[in-house]
Amino acid sequence: MSNAESQGMSALEIRLQRESVLPDHEARRKELTGPHINTAKFAQPAAVAKPTPSEKKKKPLLETRALHKSYRKGRLTIPVLRGVDFAAEEGKITSIIGQSGSGKSTLLHLMGTLDTPDDGEIHFANTRIDRLSSRQRDSLRSRAFGMIFQFYHLLPELSTLENVLTPIMISHGMWRYWSARKQFRKRAEELLEMVGLSHRTTHKPRELSGGEMQRTAIARALIAQPRILLADEPTGNLDEKTGGEIMEILKRLNREQNLTIVMVTHDSSIAAQGHDIIRLTGGRVEKQ
Amino acid sequence: MEAAAVEKAEGLAMYKLILCLRYLRTRYIALASIISVTLGVATMIVVNSVMSGFAHEMHSRLHGILSDIVMESHSLNGFYHWEDELAKVKEVAGDDIQDVTVTVHVPAMLSMKIRDQWMPRHVTLVGIDPESYAKVSDFTQYLKHPANREHVDFDLKESGYEGDEGSPLRDAGWGHRRGKVMYERELEMQLSQFREFEETGRWPDQDLLRQKRITQPAPIALVDHEEEVAEKAILPPFATDPGAPPLPGTRPEELNKMANAELYDPNKKGSDPFSSRRGLPAESTYDPLQHQATGLILGIAIGSVRDRDQTTGEVKDYFMVLPGDDVKLTFPTAENPPKAMNATFTVTDFYESKMSEYDAAFAFMPLDQLQRLRGMIHPEHGTAISSIQIKLKEGVNLREATDKLRAAFPPATSPYRIQSWRDLQGPLLSAVEMEKTILNILLFLIIGVAGFGILATFYMIVVEKTKDIGILKSLGASGGGIMSIFVAYGLSLGIVGSGVGMVLGLLFVVNINAIASVIEWITGREVFDPTVYYFREIPTIVEPWSIAWVVAGAMLIAVLASVLPAMRAARLHPVEALRYE
Ligand SMILES: Nc1ncnc2c1ncn2[C@@H]1O[C@H](COP(=O)(O)OP(=O)(O)OP(=O)(O)O)[C@@H](O)[C@H]1O
Ligand SMILES: [Mg+2]
Repeated sequence: MSNAESQGMSALEIRLQRESVLPDHEARRKELTGPHINTAKFAQPAAVAKPTPSEKKKKPLLETRALHKSYRKGRLTIPVLRGVDFAAEEGKITSIIGQSGSGKSTLLHLMGTLDTPDDGEIHFANTRIDRLSSRQRDSLRSRAFGMIFQFYHLLPELSTLENVLTPIMISHGMWRYWSARKQFRKRAEELLEMVGLSHRTTHKPRELSGGEMQRTAIARALIAQPRILLADEPTGNLDEKTGGEIMEILKRLNREQNLTIVMVTHDSSIAAQGHDIIRLTGGRVEKQ
Repeated sequence: MEAAAVEKAEGLAMYKLILCLRYLRTRYIALASIISVTLGVATMIVVNSVMSGFAHEMHSRLHGILSDIVMESHSLNGFYHWEDELAKVKEVAGDDIQDVTVTVHVPAMLSMKIRDQWMPRHVTLVGIDPESYAKVSDFTQYLKHPANREHVDFDLKESGYEGDEGSPLRDAGWGHRRGKVMYERELEMQLSQFREFEETGRWPDQDLLRQKRITQPAPIALVDHEEEVAEKAILPPFATDPGAPPLPGTRPEELNKMANAELYDPNKKGSDPFSSRRGLPAESTYDPLQHQATGLILGIAIGSVRDRDQTTGEVKDYFMVLPGDDVKLTFPTAENPPKAMNATFTVTDFYESKMSEYDAAFAFMPLDQLQRLRGMIHPEHGTAISSIQIKLKEGVNLREATDKLRAAFPPATSPYRIQSWRDLQGPLLSAVEMEKTILNILLFLIIGVAGFGILATFYMIVVEKTKDIGILKSLGASGGGIMSIFVAYGLSLGIVGSGVGMVLGLLFVVNINAIASVIEWITGREVFDPTVYYFREIPTIVEPWSIAWVVAGAMLIAVLASVLPAMRAARLHPVEALRYE
């Protein structure tokens, strides 16, 4: 039995891990719970070797091929995505823009394995992820993806700190979590400090402003050390200045920690802040 | 195997616990829905405890003066050679039997003299051998005189009968008897003076009157059939006795002193100066002042009526006879055709089993006397009895022992009916059992209804939490994880609801009598009428197992009610849930 197997992981998880989709559990746990963590260290995920620019071009981290998705309303079929070929390269901020109703959120949800496409493929770190079992998808979401939404989507019953810790609590068993809770807390506090919310740890979401909630959501998306951040209109509900601050945080994360970000927006000035811009029209990608 | 390990880790994840606790703390509507469970559990505990208390009380009372198994002859005249049958009984079930005794049962009319009028009542006259009967049933522990409870006999006691404060039972005994007899005699004397004055126009000679007083009493026949014999006796042996009866009007204390140099001491067997007169031979004279007739122990409801004072509302016993009074019994002889036998008895004690049915039914007398009076003593065949009473050893199964005896004495061929005390009270016991079952079903239905309340509330909460469920799923929580939050939520509500219900129920049970009196005070009506129930306190028995079942059942219902909404939550599509506003 390998180390990974003894941790109780499925074959897929092991494969994903071997192919660096999922970071090595043990190594990551050590890192997460290690005595001297700082946010700077977080910049280089241990298991992921920093790819050289030449590699980046060849291998997008997240890729869709001929993705189709339609919604059914009774006998009526509403096609939303009609063969979307999309690629997000590692270490870049990729913006998806398009009109309202063009299917941006639908695409993001499909890539985030929250929904399944009718046709086409989704690849993440060279692994096809659109045909995974629900358990494997859950595991992928809690370990490899970080998600941010327009309406923040924090849990109203939990404090800021607890909200940030939720992904860790989901991916760790009670005893594993409990035995390392001090380190996890410390990490969450560090993340909150990074997004400038260290003074708000015990507040409930309803006591926070929109910008503060979105910062909490960013901290939550980062706590499990994801390889990619999927953001659905992260600034859509904020005024220009606050939205700008959020964008600054995202850009800093990308710059300092080489974090890959896929961001949906309908604001072209926001979209322009990313490296790549992809426009969705009529259910297809219209390359810039 | 590996997958199972992951699931196990997931099964105990922290977010479920935290969310479950937070939902519990912030959603009071759910707590409101659990109140019905609380009330249901509390009611079930109270009802079960009271019903158990009643049932236990009733069982012990129903059993009270009865033995475990009765082997009763079909004939009122009983059977001879019962020693053989007894031997057979012991052979068949000797290992199960602790004690046996034989009795004679016969229906009888009891006549009490109340205000110069004879009042007949129906009783079942039971001839017992006090020594062995006491071992077979709990009869003795219900007697009113402490000495009889220690060691039952049919001798009238000087005093010491126990009763409530102010009960005339406290004055019963020899003292009461003497006072009453002398009062009656003096009354008779005075009346005869008036009669004589009316007839002759002159008052009677006081000397003669005095003489007459002393020569009283006229001999009284104790048993009608033996009147001729009784008439032969002319002078009572104590006519010349210096300790002759005192003159009427003497105070009771003095009467006691004069009549009884040595006061009765219940601890000293045989110290009763009149005990030697028991089973008085027919030819001797009977002076109620000095002698007692054959002793009779009556059920308290035969000799008294329990009634409520209309003005004060207090429950009081009114006694028609007291220990020390003479009564007449009429019962059939064992001849064919039966003749009515009339005999005088002295009530020597009451029993109060608190089971009004029994307390109004039985009169006990010495077995040998009853056999003699009914003609059940045969010079060659010995005595006849009408039933064999059996007490089983501790822990022996009543039904099995009864069946064993029934097999040995098949009803088709043997002239006995073999019945356990439960059989005798079968309909009543099964009615009570039935009542309890139905009440439990009804009350559990109430908790079931509460379950639907929880179901509705949970659906509401799931709908309200749709977005949160989507968030959790987008963060990687599995459907099972979401489901377990809500099931755990339901379970915690069940625990809280039934726990509080249990505490409330137990508090109610412990203070039930205080609560009953508060209700009485508010409504002005008695909750439990002692004239009906024969007890003043509501009996309760807390059965830990039945409480455990009730609490577990309520928790199960809460969990079951939360499973459907939880399943709905688990199946929610994350995207749909996230879109939900
Ligand atoms: N469950 C559903 N059933 C039917 N139609 C749906 C469903 N979900 C989305 N749609 C439709 O799919 C289309 C794409 O929706 P989507 O939310 O992806 O658009 P969007 O680009 O994110 O728009 P916006 O910028 O307003 O967020 C819309 O026309 C929407 O009406
Ligand atoms: Mg959208």
